[in-house]
Amino acid sequence: MLTLFLILYPVVAATLILLFGGERIKQAALVAALVELVLAGYAFFEFHPDASSQFGFDYAWIGSLGIRLSAGIDGISVLLVLLTGLLVPFIVLSTFNRTYARPATFYALMLYMQAALMGVFTARDGFLFYFFFEAALIPIYFLAAMWGGENRIPVTFKFFVYTIFGSLFMLVALVYLYYQTPAINGAAHSSAIADFYKLKLTPEAQNWIFWAFFIAFAIKMPVFPFHTWQPDTYVESPTPATMLLAGIMLKMGVYGLIRFILPIVPLGVETWGKTAIILSVIGIIYGSIIAIRQRDMKRLIAYSSFSHVGLMAAGVFSQTETGMQGALVQMLAHGINVVGMFFVADVIFSRTKTRQLDQLGGITQTTPKLTVYFMIMLLGSVALPLTNGFVGEFLLLHGVFTYNHYLGLAAGFTIIFGAVYMLRMFQKSMFGPTTSRTESFADLTRSESWVFIPLVVMVFWIGIYPHTFLKVTEPAVANLMKYIGTTAVSMK
Amino acid sequence: MLPIVLLSVFGIALLFLGFLKSKTVLLPATLLFLVVTLAANFLDWNKTYLYFNDMLRTNNLSMVFTAIVLGSAFLVVALSGSFAENDEAQPAEYYGLILFSLVGAIMMISFENLIMLFVGVEILSVAMYILTGSDKRNLRSNEAALKYFLMGAFATGIMLFGMALLYGATGSFTIAGIGSYAANPQMGLSLLLYVGLLMLLIGLLFKVSAAPFHFWTPDVYDGAPTIFTAFMSTVVKTAGFAALFRLLSVSFTGVFSFWWTILAIITAITLVLANVTAVYQNSFKRMMAYSSISHAGYLLIGLAALGAQTKQAIVFYSLAYSVATISAFGVLLLVAQQRSTQTITSEGVINENFDSFNGLARQNPFLGFAMTVSMLSLAGIPLTAGFWGKFYMFSTAVERGQIWLLIVAVLMSAVGIYYYFRVIIAMYFRDGATEPIRVTPVYQYVLLAATILTLGLGIAPGLLQGLF
Repeated sequence: MLTLFLILYPVVAATLILLFGGERIKQAALVAALVELVLAGYAFFEFHPDASSQFGFDYAWIGSLGIRLSAGIDGISVLLVLLTGLLVPFIVLSTFNRTYARPATFYALMLYMQAALMGVFTARDGFLFYFFFEAALIPIYFLAAMWGGENRIPVTFKFFVYTIFGSLFMLVALVYLYYQTPAINGAAHSSAIADFYKLKLTPEAQNWIFWAFFIAFAIKMPVFPFHTWQPDTYVESPTPATMLLAGIMLKMGVYGLIRFILPIVPLGVETWGKTAIILSVIGIIYGSIIAIRQRDMKRLIAYSSFSHVGLMAAGVFSQTETGMQGALVQMLAHGINVVGMFFVADVIFSRTKTRQLDQLGGITQTTPKLTVYFMIMLLGSVALPLTNGFVGEFLLLHGVFTYNHYLGLAAGFTIIFGAVYMLRMFQKSMFGPTTSRTESFADLTRSESWVFIPLVVMVFWIGIYPHTFLKVTEPAVANLMKYIGTTAVSMK
Repeated sequence: MLPIVLLSVFGIALLFLGFLKSKTVLLPATLLFLVVTLAANFLDWNKTYLYFNDMLRTNNLSMVFTAIVLGSAFLVVALSGSFAENDEAQPAEYYGLILFSLVGAIMMISFENLIMLFVGVEILSVAMYILTGSDKRNLRSNEAALKYFLMGAFATGIMLFGMALLYGATGSFTIAGIGSYAANPQMGLSLLLYVGLLMLLIGLLFKVSAAPFHFWTPDVYDGAPTIFTAFMSTVVKTAGFAALFRLLSVSFTGVFSFWWTILAIITAITLVLANVTAVYQNSFKRMMAYSSISHAGYLLIGLAALGAQTKQAIVFYSLAYSVATISAFGVLLLVAQQRSTQTITSEGVINENFDSFNGLARQNPFLGFAMTVSMLSLAGIPLTAGFWGKFYMFSTAVERGQIWLLIVAVLMSAVGIYYYFRVIIAMYFRDGATEPIRVTPVYQYVLLAATILTLGLGIAPGLLQGLF
């Protein structure tokens, strides 16, 4: 039942905010998001670490077709539920010094988005997953296109059409899988994801279903060469929307890989997995190299995100337990880091009205707090030991390395390149002589500090004691790996 | 068969009501008549009857289609309040014709004998020809009516020819009789059957505006007064598909292998042509015309992949499509009426282009929302009824293993997003007129009802299950 609250509660809260607006919308949205965080935190700490699905609900949706409203939290989704609950309040808090036109709509859309994301990560029915997968797109589209930058209309439109286009292929695959489930004695087929796992599909079917799913998820993450919507959309969107996109939404793609592709089409992965890893590794290196050349902070972070997510995809396709565990932890860690980094860019932009690195410099002289927080988020991003990025990237690289030494080596560049572009950004913006724009740079306000503090706590918590997070995912990952091993064998 | 009788009587009554000085009584009277008919429609629920010497057969499916048609007509009529203010309009005749045309639609939905199908098509069409041309001083309206009439008459001619050939082949006009003849194709069927079926199909496909028989649609939809365009694109289409479904599922399942490829090719052509052309339209109304062609294409998928799911798919799809279309035309009516002073084009006609929606959501958030839901539903985005409509259609195709048709449909729905979103973009992200639009309570209720229905069916598609 808790899952039902996690999904429904933000919808109710958002609708109330929309209807009764009032003066203190920001505060109301923050309280609403904090309550959701408490719910998500409760789910995380009460989650019993085994392979089962917990806190679930299950109702008939379209009874005659066997399609059910069924959702629950298992070891694969628990960290993402936590991430979704964790980030939204701080994204809301990060807007406290900004004013957005029509604030009721703005915050309501953010909460609707959160509800849809919760639905994506907990759905146990294939069509319910698709439903939320698409539903999440509508609020984020309006957020980006109504409050975005100058070029927002064509950019967000491209984003929307691109992602919908990809997910339509997934819909085809889902409908196909649905009709492959047994319908005995006139009973309906089933669209439960667990029933999809039991299917014995022909190798040909597995191949095309692999691509149908992969294109949908690859566009969402994005994986090279499906990434062209991403940098522009991240740059043009208002920062809170960018945080939602990069922090949570791209995880939908990685989650989909683990939830659908690996267990449902193991033979497809055997045939095409290597191609997928190679594409991901190309993305890692390509994204890093472009990031090194960027002058706009937001665009730089966008490309770094593109590069990081490539490593997650590669880790998942390595089909090793460490790779999978790494992907799950890294999704949490990356969400925290990228939100922190985008907030740094937003803080700097709000004071200097520029994100161009060559117009910045010397900020550190007046801002001890910002410097420290920026540095910690940055070290997390470049995967320094004892920070959250290290745990995830180490496990991921270990996984990819086990799969193929050369690919592991190539993927390892992500850490070197990451250090290069991140430190370059830090150096250009924070050190050096002040410019006309950064002369009177004010340090963080109290509400801004309160965005960073919890993120910093999480950076160190995951970095120093990852066991809290790894232990909840471990049984589910082990179970999934065992399952993939046996089904792939039995299908030959 | 109470609805047919009632509608005929009410139609005549309306013509007499036209003698009254006050025009204001006509609209409520028509709405009342429609509600009474809708209630009477369900009297036979869960029973199957043959009427008029086995000419018509009612069953649950026909009643559901009748309800959709009557409901659509109710919403459209509710939106037609501006006739009372217009001196040139003759609402009594219009409403009378609408009721008569509904008689034709119901005959198309519940025919048992091909003659009834023909009579139904004609009753519906003749009323439509007149309504299309009802804006007498408007050249485009005249042109549309003439075009529609000439091409429509030609199509019904072909259809009648097809029926004659079918009679020649089978010796029967009833769909059951034809069905029992066509049930055993291995015994060798008369060539006349195939030719007759093709001609009959051409006639009906013309009515539902499937390519390549769609050329009349953009001009007619564009030229006709918007309120009648809304009527045409919902009622006529629903009735046409109900007729096609009944004909193919009762009479011609035996020769499925003959006609499904033809229908599948027509479906693919319709989808590609309509969606690609719609992208290049500047006029919203013309875009809606091509959109209606493209939805005919999606509905045809269900027929080309005729199976156990088809019934449900067509009912759900036509309902979702009708509701969303009426809502879209409702907003267009308001925009065109009230912004027309600012937006008359150089040719002196009312601007119904996309840019007349600019900034609408800022001034009228409710209109913007209703239109957005309607566009999302037509585009088939989840949370709306249109998504499940497409979902059911795609399911039928997968069930029959017609993956290639599905791929075409999927690609074309991605194209569809492009032109539906142009409206949303114009409303929300572009600056336009600052004057808010005055929305009468009736419009508010209709748009609210349509929006709630679209979202409700989008979130709980199981609601309709009781109807099957």
